[in-house]
Amino acid sequence: MKALRNYLDKIKPNFEEGGKLSMLRSVFEGVETFLFVSNETSKSGVHIHDSIDAKRTMTAVIIALVPALLFGMYNTGYQHYLAIGETPGFWMTFVYGLLAVLPIIAVSYIVGLGIEFTVAQWKKEEIQEGFLVSGILIPLIVPVDTPLWMIAVATAFAVIFAKEVFGGTGYNIFNVALVTRAFLFFAYPSAMSGDKVFVRTADTFGIGAGTTVDGLSGATPLGQINVAANDMIGSFQAVDILGHPLNTLDLFIGLIPGSIGETSAAAILIGAVILLFAGVASWKTMFSVFAGGIFTAAIFNLIGTTVAMSISPPDHLLLGGFAFGAVFMATDPVTSARTETGKYIFGFLIGVMAIVIRTLNPGYPEGMMLAILLMNIFAPLIDYYVVESNIKRRLKRAIAK
Amino acid sequence: MANVIKVKKGLDIHLKGRASNVLLTGKNSDIYAIIPDSYNGIVPKVTAKAGEKVKAGSVLMTDKNHPEIKFVSPVSGEVTAVNRGEKRKVLSIVVKPDATIEYESFGKKQLSSLTPGEIKESILNAGIWPFIRQRPYDIVASTADTPRDIFVSTVYSAPLAPDFGFIVKNQEADFQAGLDALSKLTAGKVFVGVNKGSGALWDSVEIVEVEGPHPAGNVSVLINYTKPVNKGEIVWTINPDDVIIIGRLFTKGIADFTRLVILTGSETSERGYIKAISGCTIRSLVEGKILEGKEHLRIISGNVLTGKKVGKDDYLYAYDNQVTVIPEGDNTYEFFGWATPGTGKFSVSHTFLSWLFGKKKEYVIDARIRGGRRAMIMSNEYDRVFPLDIYPEFLLKAIIAFDIDKMENLGIYEIAPEDFALCEFVDTSKIEIQKIVRDGLNLLYKEMN
Repeated sequence: MKALRNYLDKIKPNFEEGGKLSMLRSVFEGVETFLFVSNETSKSGVHIHDSIDAKRTMTAVIIALVPALLFGMYNTGYQHYLAIGETPGFWMTFVYGLLAVLPIIAVSYIVGLGIEFTVAQWKKEEIQEGFLVSGILIPLIVPVDTPLWMIAVATAFAVIFAKEVFGGTGYNIFNVALVTRAFLFFAYPSAMSGDKVFVRTADTFGIGAGTTVDGLSGATPLGQINVAANDMIGSFQAVDILGHPLNTLDLFIGLIPGSIGETSAAAILIGAVILLFAGVASWKTMFSVFAGGIFTAAIFNLIGTTVAMSISPPDHLLLGGFAFGAVFMATDPVTSARTETGKYIFGFLIGVMAIVIRTLNPGYPEGMMLAILLMNIFAPLIDYYVVESNIKRRLKRAIAK
Repeated sequence: MANVIKVKKGLDIHLKGRASNVLLTGKNSDIYAIIPDSYNGIVPKVTAKAGEKVKAGSVLMTDKNHPEIKFVSPVSGEVTAVNRGEKRKVLSIVVKPDATIEYESFGKKQLSSLTPGEIKESILNAGIWPFIRQRPYDIVASTADTPRDIFVSTVYSAPLAPDFGFIVKNQEADFQAGLDALSKLTAGKVFVGVNKGSGALWDSVEIVEVEGPHPAGNVSVLINYTKPVNKGEIVWTINPDDVIIIGRLFTKGIADFTRLVILTGSETSERGYIKAISGCTIRSLVEGKILEGKEHLRIISGNVLTGKKVGKDDYLYAYDNQVTVIPEGDNTYEFFGWATPGTGKFSVSHTFLSWLFGKKKEYVIDARIRGGRRAMIMSNEYDRVFPLDIYPEFLLKAIIAFDIDKMENLGIYEIAPEDFALCEFVDTSKIEIQKIVRDGLNLLYKEMN
C-alpha cells in the first residue's frame, strides 16, 4: 500500500499541467481517488465531514443491483435451456447467462466510461461517478438478444445528449439509462420487441447449442397481454415460453421472459431493502409509485371491459419493468422531484402513467419507461409548485403581521 | 408557562473530547489583538497608532461607514502593531498588555433611569456594540434601527459546545442586567431560548424552552419558531456570553471582555473551561493542554461546524467561546477508503457499517473532506438536518444564481451561514455551503444598501 502510494506520488507530476502525460490527467486523478481517498482537508466552512461521498453512494446502489443482476443472469440461462428443452443444472445455467450478459455490461461500461473520461479530460474536471450506476442499469433493462452495437450506439447517445450536454452528473434532466432504453426502442423497434429478443435461443460462445422445442413463444407476459388486449375478459391466461400457465407467485420469483434484470420482483425487493436501509433512495418515491400503480390498476379493474383492464393490481406491479423502475429508476435523485412533498406526487403519477400506458396503448406493452421519462420532465414543475407554496406562506406571514 | 420549541430535524454529532464542567487555568497571553475579519458588515478604520498607550476600553478602530461603532482594546497596554495585508487590508491591531489591567471608566449606571438612547450610547462607547448582530444579513447591527425583537439563545447545541448554565454561574446579575439593557432597546420583546428543563428564569424577557438535536440552539431556530423575520423587518441577535459583557458595563462601569472559553476536542490532554479575555492568543489557551505528536493538528477557534482554523499564534475570534482541537488528517491516505466496510467511520447514511455501533458512540473525525466536489446529486440530505421552514437546497441554488427576488422569497433574510453548517457536514457532494451563503449575504447587502 505504502509502495503504491509512493509510486503514485512519484508519477503524479507527469500528469499535472505541463507534464508530459497531462492529457491523461483526469484518468490519473480518477485512478488515484479510486485507490486512495483524497487527503484534502477542509479550507472553509465545516471542519469535519460525513464519511459519505459520491463513490460510496454509487457503490451502495450497485450493491443493491447485484441480486437483480445475478438473478437476471440465471434467468437468461434458464429461459435458454427451457427453450431448447435441456436441464443442465444450476451452474451450467448460470454460466450460460453470465456469458450472455457480460458482453452487454462490458459494452455499456466501455462506451459510457470512455465518453465520461474524454469529457472530463476535455473540461479539465474530475471524473464523475454517475455512470458507474447507469452502466449497470443499462444491461439490466434491455432484452438479452439486443445486438451489442445497438447498445453501444444507444449508450453513446444517452451519455452525450442526455447527460454531458446538460453539464454532466447531477445536471441531467432525464435518467440516462432510460434514455438509452428509449433510444433503442424508438430507433430499432423491430429489434427491441416481439417474441424473439427476450429469450436467447442460439448458443453463447459455443455453450448451450441446441434446437428449440416446438411451440416455443418468447413473448413476455406483458407482450401476451398486449396482444390479447382488446379481447373480452375471461379468455386470457399469461403463459411461460412453453405455454404453461403462470400464477402470481411465478411472476414474483421471476423465472419468466423479460429484460435481463427486471423479471424478478423478489431480487428487486432485496435491492429495495438495501437502498432504503442505506438511506440512498427515497421510500416516498418508491412507495408512491406502487400506490399510483395499485390505484390505477384497481380503477381499470372496476371498468374491466378488456383483458388489459382486468389484470389485477398485484400482477401489474410484478409484471414487466414496474418494480424495477419504481425501485431503481424513479428514485434517481437527480431526475426525480427534489422536494419531499414533490416525491409523493412524482412517484404517484409515475405509477398512474405506467398503468395507463400499459392498459390503453395498443402499440407498446410496457409503460414504465415512458412514464418515468415523462415525469422526469415534470419533476421540476412539481418542485416549483411545492416551493411556491412555501413562498406564498412567507408572503402571507409578512402581510398578516 | 413558557413556550416550548421542539426541534425534530437535525443531527447531534458525538465527537470524542467532551469537556466536563471544570475550570482550568490558562497561561497569560503575552499579546492581544482585535481582528476586523471577526466581524461581518464593517469596514475597519484604524484610529490607534503603534506605540500608543491604551486602557481596556480605549478605541482602537471604528467602522468607516458608521463611525459611532467603535472597537476597543480588551486590555490595557501598548499598541505594538497594526498588521496589514494585501491592499492594506487591516489584519489585526495588536496590544501588548500591562501586568494589571487598567480599565477605562464608563461609570456605573442605574439602568432603570436610562433612556434607550443613553443605553445605546453607553454600549457603543464601550466598544461592545459589535457583539450585537442583526438579521437580515447576519452582520453587526446598524445603529440607526430599532429592532422588532431581540433574540438570545442560551442553548449551545453544536458539537462539544459549552454549557451556558456553567458559564453564567456567579454572573447571573450581570446577565440579567444585560437582558434589562437589551429589553429597553427594542419596541418588541427579548426572546431568550433556554434548555428544556433547565428551569432558567430571567426577568423582563420572554423565555422559550428549546429541545432537540443541533441546530436547535441556533438563534435562527429560535427566531423561525417564535416570530420569523419578514422582508423589511430587522431583529437583533446576540450571544448570551456577550449579554454578560453588556451587563458588566452597567453594573461595574467598565468594558470587561473576560469570558469562559471551553477547550475541547479529541486531541486535547486537558479539557475544561478557561478564563480568558477576547483577543487572547490561542497559545495561551492550548499550551500544554494538547497532544502534540506525529499527527498534524487542527486548532479551531469555535466549534467544528462554524469555527475558523487558527494557529497557536493566532487569536481567539471575537464571538468565540470555544477552542476545539482535532486531527488534521492530511497525512492519511486510505487505501480503497470508499469501499471498506467503514466500521469506524461516522456517517448519517447507513452506507458504512458504523451504524452497528449505535448513535451514542463517540467518534474522532479529522478535517479531511472525504471525497471529491460534485454537483448536488442527492436530494433531501439538507432538509433532514435543517429545521427551519425554508427549502435549503432551493435557497442555495438561488444564492448561487444570485437571483435576488428568489432569495427574498425563499427566506434569505431569516438565515445565517451557521444554519447551513450541518448541511455542509452531511453533503455527499462536499459543497462549501457556508461560504456560498456568507458570500451571498454580503453581495446582497451591497446590492440593497
